[in-house]
This record gives sequence, structure tokens and C-alpha cells, in this order.
Amino acid sequence: MTYEDLIFELINKDDRYMIMTSENRSAMRNITTKIKNNFIDTGITEQTLIGMAAGLALRGRIPIVHALATFLTMRAFEFIRTDVGIGNLPVKIVGAVPGFLSDGNGPTHQAIEDVSIMRGIPNINVFCPADEDDMLKCLPKIFEYPSPFYIRYNNTKPVAEHSKFEFGKAEMFGEGKDVAILVYGFLFGQAFKAKEILESNGISVRLINIRTPKPVDENAILKAVEECKLIVTIEDHFITGGLYSILAEVLLRNRKTANVLPFAFMNKWFKPGLLNDVLEYEGFTAKQISHKIIKQLAVSH
Amino acid sequence: MNKKKLNDLEQTALRVREHIIRMSGNGGCFIGASLSCADLIVYLYKEFLNVSPKKFQDPNRDYFFLSKGHDVPALYGTYVELGWLEEERLKNHLKTTDNIYWHPNRNIPGIEFHSGSLGHNLSVAMGVAMDCKLRKQKNKIVVVVGDGELNEGSMWEALLVASAYKLDNLLIVVDRNQFQANMQTEDLIPLKPLTKKFSAFGCSIKKINGHNFEQMEKAFSKTPFEKNKVSVVIAETVRGKGLPSIQKRADRWFVNFKEEEIEQLLKELHGSKKTKLTSETIVAR
Repeated sequence: MTYEDLIFELINKDDRYMIMTSENRSAMRNITTKIKNNFIDTGITEQTLIGMAAGLALRGRIPIVHALATFLTMRAFEFIRTDVGIGNLPVKIVGAVPGFLSDGNGPTHQAIEDVSIMRGIPNINVFCPADEDDMLKCLPKIFEYPSPFYIRYNNTKPVAEHSKFEFGKAEMFGEGKDVAILVYGFLFGQAFKAKEILESNGISVRLINIRTPKPVDENAILKAVEECKLIVTIEDHFITGGLYSILAEVLLRNRKTANVLPFAFMNKWFKPGLLNDVLEYEGFTAKQISHKIIKQLAVSH
Repeated sequence: MNKKKLNDLEQTALRVREHIIRMSGNGGCFIGASLSCADLIVYLYKEFLNVSPKKFQDPNRDYFFLSKGHDVPALYGTYVELGWLEEERLKNHLKTTDNIYWHPNRNIPGIEFHSGSLGHNLSVAMGVAMDCKLRKQKNKIVVVVGDGELNEGSMWEALLVASAYKLDNLLIVVDRNQFQANMQTEDLIPLKPLTKKFSAFGCSIKKINGHNFEQMEKAFSKTPFEKNKVSVVIAETVRGKGLPSIQKRADRWFVNFKEEEIEQLLKELHGSKKTKLTSETIVAR
């Protein structure tokens, strides 16, 4: 099963789905001719793409729109906010190559504020799948959800088998009490391996896959804060407005505090290059993450 | 056009202008642009669009979008005259107990979509037009846009796409009142030659006097103007039409008139001498 298979299947079952793109066909390249009546490519026009999606939604359609995450969430930001957000229309906004996945493109293509700006819009929820398996397991429910969703497209190879999607619930791996790692999106893979490294060093870990940064699973976070010595947030996103901010909001709302070690971009774009090299350069490999956590645990004891 | 119909349209438009003037106090409104498109909106709803409260949910209805949303008093005034909106509710203008404020919103029955930010409703209307085409329905989709609004790149971007998809069920009406906020369009970002611009983007264009119902009847009698092309009506209008004391005045874009000014303006609308305006000019909104 691939993303293409999924949307092809959806359209065959339900004519309301419209697959739209502003000339970014990579996620549906092989099926465009088979879904002609449910496919619209508006060319390199992100604003028109979103405006038209809103119009189609007014007619009862469920548009799933695709473009590179940066251009979609920023060039068309006001259209998303004003047409989709205010309208509370069930448009599904799929951002391609978010975060580190833009690898060699450079800062113009780095969507590392997308979670922050999308979750700031009333009515719009945010889904950041850990990998292809996670994405395909959750999407059917997210597509049929009656409100708009921003989706960080991620078809990378899974490192773990994911569980069934429950709306607003994080996915839990382990119940360790030394460290809780909160993560969303592509970096789940590194976090999963970091967990293994930590455990081989005798550190108990719970890994929390924050599938939907909005609505966030507040209970899972509070429980981790209650039970674990150290909370780690990992995200390929600016430190502002993403997971670290979400954690801070949850803590403040509940009059709590915690020992927190964040992995995020501190007021800078990341170095472009081949994905694995970029991870190494920026300090986001499982090895680098686990070493930093071990050091932090030693300091806080 | 027969005399009876013409008279009815003129009388309706006159009453719509009265509603607009009454909405220009107690917080005020965008009176100039409302008065420039009042005749067009009255004509479209009374003579052109196949829509009524019974059809608000009918997928075969015609759709109307007011992209330059700040002239919504003209639209609400028309709804009152059509009997879609209670006249009393206009007195709720800007009251938090109702939803009648400076821009259209879907809480008011008849409004298909909200607007306010310029350059949005054309692409929204295109989504509707595209869906009607895909379902082989014959609906007409009308978007009223401002000439100042044509500064927005999203308008021209959308036109490229509309032409590519041959959305000939789409009709764009440009309220060409020659003004944008407190400037004349040609003094700031010139639009001329506007017909050529639309034509170069693949549209079929008709130019009319936007206060002349007979010209409207002629222009709107058959759409699309050409098969496979977006139809565009460039309606030459006068900002502030009907009130010589504010007509074509750059400083009377948004107004917040006093009670006595409104009384005098209502008389001016019916032919009395020009009103002596004392309220503040150039109010930024």
C-alpha cells in the first residue's frame, strides 16, 4: 500500500474526494490519468489552489491539496487562514518535503515553521506522521474528519509497526521512567533508534509519537511529566511554535514544570545537503541525540 | 427594456441607496464603493441570478460572490428589497448582537462566502465553477470585483487558471469606479488598458455603463460571451453615485456621518442641494 493506492481507493469509494496540486505531482504521479474527474492541477499557483479548494468544499467536495510545504503554508498562508480556516471547510492540506525532508534544497524550501503557523489557525488541526506506515494508517480517519487538517507528508520507510489511529491520542512506545521522548514526523525514526541505544545503556525510555501536535494528547504529556526524570522534545522545526512550545503551553496551563531537553532549530535554518549528512551536521542522529540525553541525565542527577 | 421593469429597477436601486446612506453613521461604512456597485447588484439579483431563499441549498442555483467585500451595504440593502433580510436588522449594523458588519459573512442567509481580504473570492468562485462543470450543471457563477482589487496578483494568477480550465460558466463583473481607498487607480497603479489585459488573459469582455440598466440587460442577456472563455463585464461606475457631495471624492471612501448629515444626504439623493459635510474625512479602516 502506498499513498497513491490509498487515494485511488478513496476516490473509487467516495466521489467527494478531489485530488489537487499546484504542479507537485510526486505523491500521485501514476494515477492522475485514472482519476481524471477528481484531479485538478492548477499549475504553480498556491493561492489559487487553496481558493479553488475552498470553493470545491463549498460544493460538498473534500479537496486534498498538495504542494511543497513551504510554498503551500507560506505563499498561500492567508488563503488557508481566511478561506479554509474562517470557513472551517474540510480541506486537507498536504505539505511535501517538510522539515529535514527538503534535504539539499536550501532555506527557501525548508518548512520548519509550518507546524507553528498552521496550528495557530482556529479550526485547523495538524498531523505529522512518523513514516509511511503511520501516515497510511491515520490518513483515512483524517481525510474523513469534517474540519481542515494540515498534513506533513512523510512517506519514509517505517522503523516500527504503528498502531491504529485514535483521534487526539499520541502513540506510546514503552513505559520507561528515566526519559520521555516526545517527537513528531520524520525524526521519529531517529528517536526510535535513540531509545534502543539508551535502553542498551540501562536507561528506561518511553517514546511518545505526537501524531497530531494539534489537537495534542495533553494526558500523555502530563503523565510523562509526572513519571519521568527528563522530558526530551525532538522536531525538525524552529524552537518557536512547535513541540517545545506545545509542551511549554501544556505545562503552564497545568501549573507544572519539568526538566526539558529540546532538539530543534535555534533561530536558524539548517545546513542543506544529503539527508544523512544533514542530520549528522545538525546533531539529530540517534547516536547524537542519545549521547546528549545521557549527558543531560548525568548533569541533572 | 420595458418601462415598468426599468422603473422598478430604478426605484429598487434608489431604496438600496437609502439603506446604504442609513448605514453610514453610528460607526460608518464604505459608502463610496457601495453606491458605485448598487445598480449592478440590484440588476444581477433581480434579473440575472437564479437564486432565492428556497434555493439557498439547491446545487443548481446560481452563485454570487462579492469579492470586494467592503461594499456589503449595497448587498444587504438589496437583500432587504428582495425580502430576504428584515429591514430592521440593518439597524444592527456593527452591533455585536448581529452579524451585520463591514464585510460579508455566511451568517447572513444568501451570502455564499465571506470576503474582506481582496483577491480571494475569484479563486473560490472558480472552485464552485469547476465543480459545476464536473457535474455538468448549468449554474452561472458571478463574482463582483473592484478595480483597485485588480492590483492583487492573486486575481491574475486565478485568471490564468480559469482560462486554462475554460471556465465559461464564470462571469466577472468589475466595478470600475476608478478609485481604490483614498487614491485614483490611474494615479497609483494604472490599470489601463484594462480590456486588453483581460483579453490577453483569455477572457471575453463587454464594457458597459454600470448605472445603466438597459446596457446591463444587453450585456447580461447571453452568457458566456464566447464559448470556453471567462466572461468579463467592465462596468464603468461612479464612486459615491447618487450623492453629488461625495461623488468621486478621494477623501470619502470610508465615512462615519452624523445624524443630521445622513438626513440631509437622504434628501440629496432625492434631488435636494448638496449636503454640507462636516464629519471627519479620510478615516483609515
